[in-house]
Amino acid sequence: MTMSKILIRGARVLGGEPQDVLIDGETTAEVGTGLDAGDATVIEAEGRILLPGLVDLHTHLREPGREDSETVLTGTRAAAVGGFTAVHAMANTFPVADTAGVVEQVWRLGRESGYCDVQPVGAVTVGLEGKQLAELGAMHDSAAGVKVFSDDGKCVDDAVIMRRALEYVKAFDGVVAQHAQEPRLTEGAQMNEGVVSAELGLGGWPAVAEESIIARDVLLAAHVGSRVHICHLSTAGSVEIVRWAKSKGWNVTAEVTPHHLLLTDELVRTYNPVYKVNPPLRTEADVLALREALADGTIDCVATDHAPHPHEDKDCEWAAAAMGMVGLETALSVVQQTMVDTGLIDWAGVADRMSFRPAAIGRLAGHGRPVSAGEPANLTLVDPAYRGAVDPAGFASRSRNTPYEGRELPGRVTHTFLRGCATVVDGKLA
Amino acid sequence: MKRHLISAADLTRDDAVLILDTAEEMARVADRPIKKLPTLRGRTVVNLFFEDSTRTRISFEAAAKRLSADVINFSAKGSSVSKGESLKDTALTLEAMGADAVVIRHGASGAPYRLATSGWIDGAVVNAGDGTHEHPTQALLDAFTVRRRLVGPEAGLGRDLEGRRITIVGDILHSRVARSNVHLLTTLGAHVTLVAPPTLVPVGVEQWPCDVSYSLDDVLATSDAVMMLRVQRERMNAAYFPTEREYSRRYGLDGERMAKMPEHAVVMHPGPMVRGMEITAEVADSDRCTVVEQVANGVSIRMAVLYLLLGGADTALSAAPARTEENK
Repeated sequence: MTMSKILIRGARVLGGEPQDVLIDGETTAEVGTGLDAGDATVIEAEGRILLPGLVDLHTHLREPGREDSETVLTGTRAAAVGGFTAVHAMANTFPVADTAGVVEQVWRLGRESGYCDVQPVGAVTVGLEGKQLAELGAMHDSAAGVKVFSDDGKCVDDAVIMRRALEYVKAFDGVVAQHAQEPRLTEGAQMNEGVVSAELGLGGWPAVAEESIIARDVLLAAHVGSRVHICHLSTAGSVEIVRWAKSKGWNVTAEVTPHHLLLTDELVRTYNPVYKVNPPLRTEADVLALREALADGTIDCVATDHAPHPHEDKDCEWAAAAMGMVGLETALSVVQQTMVDTGLIDWAGVADRMSFRPAAIGRLAGHGRPVSAGEPANLTLVDPAYRGAVDPAGFASRSRNTPYEGRELPGRVTHTFLRGCATVVDGKLA
Repeated sequence: MKRHLISAADLTRDDAVLILDTAEEMARVADRPIKKLPTLRGRTVVNLFFEDSTRTRISFEAAAKRLSADVINFSAKGSSVSKGESLKDTALTLEAMGADAVVIRHGASGAPYRLATSGWIDGAVVNAGDGTHEHPTQALLDAFTVRRRLVGPEAGLGRDLEGRRITIVGDILHSRVARSNVHLLTTLGAHVTLVAPPTLVPVGVEQWPCDVSYSLDDVLATSDAVMMLRVQRERMNAAYFPTEREYSRRYGLDGERMAKMPEHAVVMHPGPMVRGMEITAEVADSDRCTVVEQVANGVSIRMAVLYLLLGGADTALSAAPARTEENK
């Protein structure tokens, strides 16, 4: 990693006209045409897209506790390869990130890794058990400066606990990120409930189990005047509810995962657990509704829900397999395929949905900033013309549970800069 | 290529008729003084049972033994599986022991499919019931029973169930027997009607090639066969229905209801029966009830399946002429 001057020449900033961008130290020093390289290292970037460093609101780094599937170091390396300069590390670790001590540990591990910034997410309730509020204030006041709270993996299903959490975090402009899953309606759930689950004889996860919680929570957020963020929204019905809540002017934001933008429950017919994820893959109609909602801004951002699992937890029968997919290293390619190449959004839209908005929701300083002089040089350079099959053997992540193995996806991150430091050069970790 | 029997949906009409016809030949063996054929001598069939199911296991065991195969019974209970061994490692162990066919019963839907498609073993895989997914040999023996009863053992040869109306009653939602039967019976040309309280019918059933009725009384008079499924008492704890009594009043088959069926129509049950719940003793013990025949037919069907999957270099299942044409 070098800390000198770098000139990115001829990149299309946010997909616009080609420009030169000069990085000096940690900062973007100049943006213009015909910039003089001087003593800077030059990157010829003709035909490439320059984006603000991507920000993930939803990453499972697994450390502490499940270092066999991912560590903060390997997870942030995967993030850098995927073009991310900041990730939010989810709280469902062992021990759970429900105290200042654990969030500070994760935050410190992130600082030491150097590949991307790690912003810990704090648990809403002690042990993710949904019974007693965790010390949200202490986590916020800690060095980790937690702003996003989530019991992700579990739903805060008790309406009173959810209401209190929403109210309580107003004191420090926090946000509760809800994993919307009504637990009783999803007991034994294995996949989306519908035509395919009926045939395969797998327990159904009905859309209404997500939608009923979202409906309740947007009403609660409105009632107490707080903001709520919906994790990994997955159904057309959820889109309708969020659209309605936004039309009321309520402070509701939502994310969608790359896999819910591309894959459907038809893939479960293979019984290959690589397609087992929570919330489950839905139908084609849901996929199309999610794309449209991301395009029109109903859904604010893309979040990976990167969920690494060791090989043995996927190399088994469906019912015994763990839920989740890795996603950091393929997210941008999936978004290019489903949103950009389809004409639904342009690259400025990608910058908005994968950097500006997630950083704003997380109140994350120094990220999601415009590509202009004086800003921190958190940047991602993309070759949109690249085509290649996904090869999990080459992943920086410790885990390989990708649903895209062998699938040809467009686009590739060639360079990632974290405050002027190249973390990825020519598609390889620096 | 058909090396395995995982789902009844994998069978074409001609595949299914071939299995039924072969089972008729096998049934004749049972009438001989020496109930044994040398066909599978030297072949090894493993019964890999992760769930207790004595009746299905002994049926497969009897079938394999009548074909002179070596049979190994591998029960997950008391084996390394109960100590946490994975399906994969169990499969690799069986492969190393040279299993030619693995008959698998598993509580997880799709486990036989995983076993057959993950490259863990080379042998043929026969699904003996997986979770709430399928139980194809049960459907085959049910079809065999219907054909014998309604058409006749000799007259039935080469024929399917075109135009027959078959009603399946009970816990469709959790039933692998119902799923396999819907596929197979419709492939054979029969018209299937499912009858259950709405809580026990899966969401998505509207895409199935059959009718659904919430009233048993409405369909009895037009049924050639009525198949009663076991309803577990625990289901009422999950609010699928209010009480056992209410269930049997609305969906149980008693003598009065049986009298509404056409004279030729039969009552079937895959067993084990819960007398007093879905079926009364009067019906279960009547001449029209085929439950014991179904057990006997089960052995013939399983002999036919093992014979066709393992029988020779050109396995008869894949050699069925209609399949070759279809594969073009």
